[in-house]
Amino acid sequence: MTDAHLTDQALIAATEGGLPLTATPYAEIATRLGVSETAVTDRLRAMLADGRIRRIGAVPNHYRLGYTANGMTVWDVADDRVMDLGAAVGQLPFVSHCYLRPRVPGLWSYTLFAMVHGRSRAETDAHAAAIRALLGDALRAGEILYSTRVLKKTGIRTAGRQPVKETS
Amino acid sequence: MSDTAMEYDSIDRAIINGLLDGFPLSSRPYADAAASLGITEEALLTRLRSLLERGILTRFGPLFRPESIGGLAILAALSVPAERFDEVTATVNAYPEVAHNYQRDHRWNMWFVVATATPDRAWAVLAEIEAVTGLTVVALPKEHEFFLDLRLTA
Repeated sequence: MTDAHLTDQALIAATEGGLPLTATPYAEIATRLGVSETAVTDRLRAMLADGRIRRIGAVPNHYRLGYTANGMTVWDVADDRVMDLGAAVGQLPFVSHCYLRPRVPGLWSYTLFAMVHGRSRAETDAHAAAIRALLGDALRAGEILYSTRVLKKTGIRTAGRQPVKETS
Repeated sequence: MSDTAMEYDSIDRAIINGLLDGFPLSSRPYADAAASLGITEEALLTRLRSLLERGILTRFGPLFRPESIGGLAILAALSVPAERFDEVTATVNAYPEVAHNYQRDHRWNMWFVVATATPDRAWAVLAEIEAVTGLTVVALPKEHEFFLDLRLTA
């Protein structure tokens, strides 16, 4: 591969498991891909700039840092205010993920999802109370769904996402 | 998730908190990062290896937005009867497309994310899970992302 042929996909596949823990990790990736080191670092820099990469660095296991009270807070918010309020909730420092999701008639009525993390349920409950206060009179109902067990956590990997399942 | 005692010391903490973001895009990035932490390159590499081996860090490297990989990730929920929980967990987890799966204390007690290279495949996996388990899958693809990052400090 020449520098001009370096694809995002190849770079993602080469780094999604993590950077090599050697003195010159980018040079090592470049060698593996058959491109120059600057092609790798230039591409990573461009992907950071436009948001295809969120950040480069440490990804902690939050349980092991003591954040054991992880609550998925879900809120039924007036549709005409959820975009503004969702943006405000997403700015709260203890919120890690904040999404708008659909209602499913008869099964699911909450549209605003915000993951909150604390070192105790009391701390996480207090975070949820802060969200409740922020949502104010636009809020119809809300709940916290605490995780009680991690059943699987492999992360999103392109390598595991090939559409090849034997049974299908 | 019970062993939350301080398994890491102040240097580990400085590494975790100092390197959540902004890892240098230089030829010797570990040396540069180590210098800003006041330790040696070799010490930083040794510490990172240990933090990864002990599972305190899950990864060290770029964090990609799922959409940049060109695929689709769908959050889905199941309401699984207690006596079937292990069986359904095995069924769901067997799909490599299931990136993570959590038990939650709610009527909808199993929450998982299906991430695939193509949207069609994601919906096909959910349909298969529904067919195999006989349980209703509530699929909740995101309609808008307000914020996503996890930068909890040690």
